[in-house]
Amino acid sequence: MTLDWLMIIIKENWPMFLRGAGMTLLISLIGTVIGSIIGMLIGVIRTIPVPEEGVKRGLLKLVNAILSIYIEFFRGTPMIVQAMVIYYGSALAFGFDMDRVVAAIFIVSINTGAYMSEIVRGGIVSIDKGQFEAAHAIGMNHFQTMINVVLPQAIRNILPATGNEFVINIKDTSVLNVISVSELFFQTKSIAGNNFRYFESFFVASVLYLIMTFTVTRILRYVERKLDGPDNYDMIMMGNQMQVETPVIKEKNR
Amino acid sequence: MDAVIDIQHLSKAFGSHQVLKDIDFSVKKGEVVCIIGSSGSGKSTLLRCINLLEKPTGGQIIYHNENILDKKHDITAYRTKLGMVFQQFNLFNNHNVLNNCVVGQIKVLKRSREDAEKVAMKYLKVVGMDKYINAKPKQLSGGQKQRVAIARALAMEPDVLLFDEPTSALDPEMVGEVLKVMKELAESGLTMLVVTHEMGFAKEVSDRVVFMDKGVIAEEGTPDQIFNHPKEERTKEFLQRTRNSI
Ligand SMILES: Nc1ncnc2c1ncn2[C@@H]1O[C@H](COP(=O)(O)OP(=O)(O)O)[C@@H](O)[C@H]1O
Ligand SMILES: [Mg+2]
Repeated sequence: MTLDWLMIIIKENWPMFLRGAGMTLLISLIGTVIGSIIGMLIGVIRTIPVPEEGVKRGLLKLVNAILSIYIEFFRGTPMIVQAMVIYYGSALAFGFDMDRVVAAIFIVSINTGAYMSEIVRGGIVSIDKGQFEAAHAIGMNHFQTMINVVLPQAIRNILPATGNEFVINIKDTSVLNVISVSELFFQTKSIAGNNFRYFESFFVASVLYLIMTFTVTRILRYVERKLDGPDNYDMIMMGNQMQVETPVIKEKNR
Repeated sequence: MDAVIDIQHLSKAFGSHQVLKDIDFSVKKGEVVCIIGSSGSGKSTLLRCINLLEKPTGGQIIYHNENILDKKHDITAYRTKLGMVFQQFNLFNNHNVLNNCVVGQIKVLKRSREDAEKVAMKYLKVVGMDKYINAKPKQLSGGQKQRVAIARALAMEPDVLLFDEPTSALDPEMVGEVLKVMKELAESGLTMLVVTHEMGFAKEVSDRVVFMDKGVIAEEGTPDQIFNHPKEERTKEFLQRTRNSI
């Protein structure tokens, strides 16, 4: 009978489930991308070496302090509370209701940005000091060094952590139902509210969440492997001797 | 005189640790100077102060009649005029061999990619690495990496090339290929400042040898003066020790 109910619920509500899942995916994808960009910018700023004196030193310290507050605030409070504060706060401050989807993307983005900036910073400081020195010795400034040498390596290294943020976002967007965004949790709640079959409805939702997170994880694995790919191309050009080395290198990158 | 770099009263302290004390020293155009001395005597710190990877705590570095330690001086522009070859190679891991030699030219010297690649190929030929332009650094041996690193520095067409123990991280059988390239560069008239433990190289290739001990220049002179007729007791001791260790 539960199984029957499952079938009925799916049959009657599949467009709503799919739209919910689509909205969840949309919010978490855009949120993760924008959050990663925010994290990248902040990570670069927070690794600028502080000059010993002068106006620039004061300015940089001030910027760093503000960024620290931002990071602490968003990592130290639940996203569900941030959603309420930002959504209702903006209505109070500007006198109009934000579009709920825009608000949702905004919240996920800045929340992810706070986590990503620490991940990016970790990725940057884990790059060998020699890479910075070689770039500086050639005459590159901090931003040239970052863009041309350090970030490409850091991004490769933090890709697993970024994928992890994406997966977390897929799950955590469910808290945005408090501002009535029509993501999967919110949709499921409406469905269950109509048919009073809470278990069956949310069981369907849980399967959909699992499919999304599982697929995203697989895709990211594939991208990682793809990024490591060009090695093989070079080796063909270079003869056999090199092929021996690849498995060792791949191991290390894990 | 035609000194490329003229260092006066240079000093460097890390906290309370005085690593370089009142160094006076210059490199003339076309000169090959080798710096020798025991580990910890401050050789690397001197090179790193010269290209400002470390900030000197005192003294002057005169380049083209200007003290580059003046605050207003453009450090990055100065750095492009000094090439640096590191003990650990420090090739850009995210770039292949060609791009390692091209990226600085494009981003810093603002050359077109076409010009930059031409220049890069020219110097990769000089070091015998032109066949490996598509390889990533991790696919190369130590000796090959160091030769690419030399080409990368040359591609910026610097006034001076600084080497910090370029062969110390290499397996013994690869030392020769790198020293051979360096010798050819020296003979081509390039201005070079080389920190090295390769006494044979210093003896044969350099115009002048500088012996450093405990943060000061203890003695300097022609290779013949330093290796065959050292005046200072500590120079003699150091040379004795290096001979024994071989
Ligand atoms: N970044 C640093 N911080 C503190 N001490 C340093 C640093 N770099 C070098 N030193 C110290 O300076 C001294 C000289 O080091 P170095 O120039 O590397 O010598 P060398 O290259 O002749 O072996 C050593 O005692 C070393 O411990
Ligand atoms: Mg050293």
